[in-house]
Amino acid sequence: MAAQVIYTLWLREMKWLIRAKSRLVASVVQPFLWLAIIGVGMSSTLTMPGNISYLEFMAPGIIGMTLLFSSTMTGVSVLWDKQFGFMKEILVAPVSRTQIMLGKAIGGMTTSILQGLLLLLAAAAVGVRPSGIIELLQILVFMVLISLSFVSIGLAIASRMEDPVAFPIVMNFLIMPLFFLSGALYRVDMAPTWLSILSRIDPLTYGVDGIRGAILGTSQFPIWLDFAVLGVFAVVMILLGGYLFKKIKA
Amino acid sequence: MKTGYAIEARNLTKKFGDLMAVNRVNLEIEDGEVFGLLGPNGAGKTTLIHMLSTILPPTKGVAKVAGSDIHKDPDSVRKAIGIVFQEPSLDNRLTGKENLDFHGRMYGMTKERRDERVKKVLEIVGLRDRADVLVQNYSGGMKRRLEMARGLMHRPKILFLDEPTLGLDPQTRRVIWEHIRVLNEVEKVTIILTTHYIEEADYLCNRVAIIDHGKIVALDKPNALKDRLKGDAVYINISNPEKYLSIFRKSKLVKGAKIVDGNLHLQVSSGERAIPKLLDLAKKHGGQVHTVSLSRPTLEDVFIHYTGRAIREEAPSNQARMGRIAMAHGLR
Repeated sequence: MAAQVIYTLWLREMKWLIRAKSRLVASVVQPFLWLAIIGVGMSSTLTMPGNISYLEFMAPGIIGMTLLFSSTMTGVSVLWDKQFGFMKEILVAPVSRTQIMLGKAIGGMTTSILQGLLLLLAAAAVGVRPSGIIELLQILVFMVLISLSFVSIGLAIASRMEDPVAFPIVMNFLIMPLFFLSGALYRVDMAPTWLSILSRIDPLTYGVDGIRGAILGTSQFPIWLDFAVLGVFAVVMILLGGYLFKKIKA
Repeated sequence: MKTGYAIEARNLTKKFGDLMAVNRVNLEIEDGEVFGLLGPNGAGKTTLIHMLSTILPPTKGVAKVAGSDIHKDPDSVRKAIGIVFQEPSLDNRLTGKENLDFHGRMYGMTKERRDERVKKVLEIVGLRDRADVLVQNYSGGMKRRLEMARGLMHRPKILFLDEPTLGLDPQTRRVIWEHIRVLNEVEKVTIILTTHYIEEADYLCNRVAIIDHGKIVALDKPNALKDRLKGDAVYINISNPEKYLSIFRKSKLVKGAKIVDGNLHLQVSSGERAIPKLLDLAKKHGGQVHTVSLSRPTLEDVFIHYTGRAIREEAPSNQARMGRIAMAHGLR
């Protein structure tokens, strides 16, 4: 029964996604421009230590950015559901709030992983690609952890809000620092101490580092540490999201 | 508490801060009834329905819905009821059929059951040929009908309809009424509807509770409620009405008499029986009757009697709400 509820909510998100394919493609245009213009442009100016091109260095960061943006924005669908009354239909059904939250979370995760994979293809097109199937699987694992974490944060915040228009504005206060501090664009270990410390607090840092490890073969932290930190963070965020979602009102 | 009722409520109360939205309501609704909660906006109808459907916890009081306690066993209550909310609650980006299928899955129905019920409920509300159209292309009346069909998907014992025809044009309203009657008969489902349209309560309901300021002020069959008023009014247009006013006043049939706009206005308990006798009486005194008309009390008169005001007084706020709903329909 729980599985059916989660599947039902997931299926709904997938139907929207299929009906709005153009939106899925459009959503990866911006990160693609980051790669194709900033990435290529910067590569001609500087080379990262270890003879890595800037484009190669940045691509995992931009994949992380895409996942971060699309995951947190899952929350907005909750607010549209409230706005258009559909949340009442969901909440009056004889199912638990936790199941509803998980259904939404897995739906949002699928959407953002699809975007992440599209971007991985785009990165491959400009010459950055994982070397083998193991590396690809490693990327997938980190994509799952990143999306689950930030989808849960988005849902937790959305459960407390009403206005779907205000949501992205509020989320920007969270998203931008998380992205900038994540080491997507610079090496955390070479940054000034204060910045390095802030970056180490940002959970996205470990997600970007994990993907970078898979693509470049070198990472700033051991992969097991990336996995452990992000894994714990994901679990805590799911629990927090589930807790806040219990009190949601239509 | 006796069992066998669709709904039994005792002292059901809901306070929002200082506002008594629902004030110690006692209610017994029988299986198979079409029961109406009639009252102006803000009377507490929706709050009452939300408590009975486990969406809002009551401040005080207890209720059993389909035999289950709303407080102790909300999941059993939810499985046993269907609800059509006052404001739209469909997913406009899905088709009609997909909305129904979503509902069926959420209620744990198997694929075969869902397919069977989708066909059946779409048939009942006359939307079978629109099953695969996106809901955003439905008209307001079609959306309402789809919501009713959805409320019936999981074969609930009780269906709550909160202002089922609010914001619809009169023609569409008639269509919805017919559908409500049909689903009550075909699906044997108990229907509890709220309305502030007098005609709606009169036309559809076996019993009506008049609710005002959170309290039930009268509860009975529509005709019984009307009979509680003084009775029928007979209007007689007659030459020299002043003379006959005093004659009719002496008759035992007449409970009250006055002249309104030159016509005799008589209050009698049963108009059909009284008219021939009143005419005989006038003839006996040589009176020349031009016209006679009979007017039965309406539920509106009943409403005025119990609440001291006409339900129409609420019109402005009602329009504002309809505007809001229209906006919600059109936005997506």
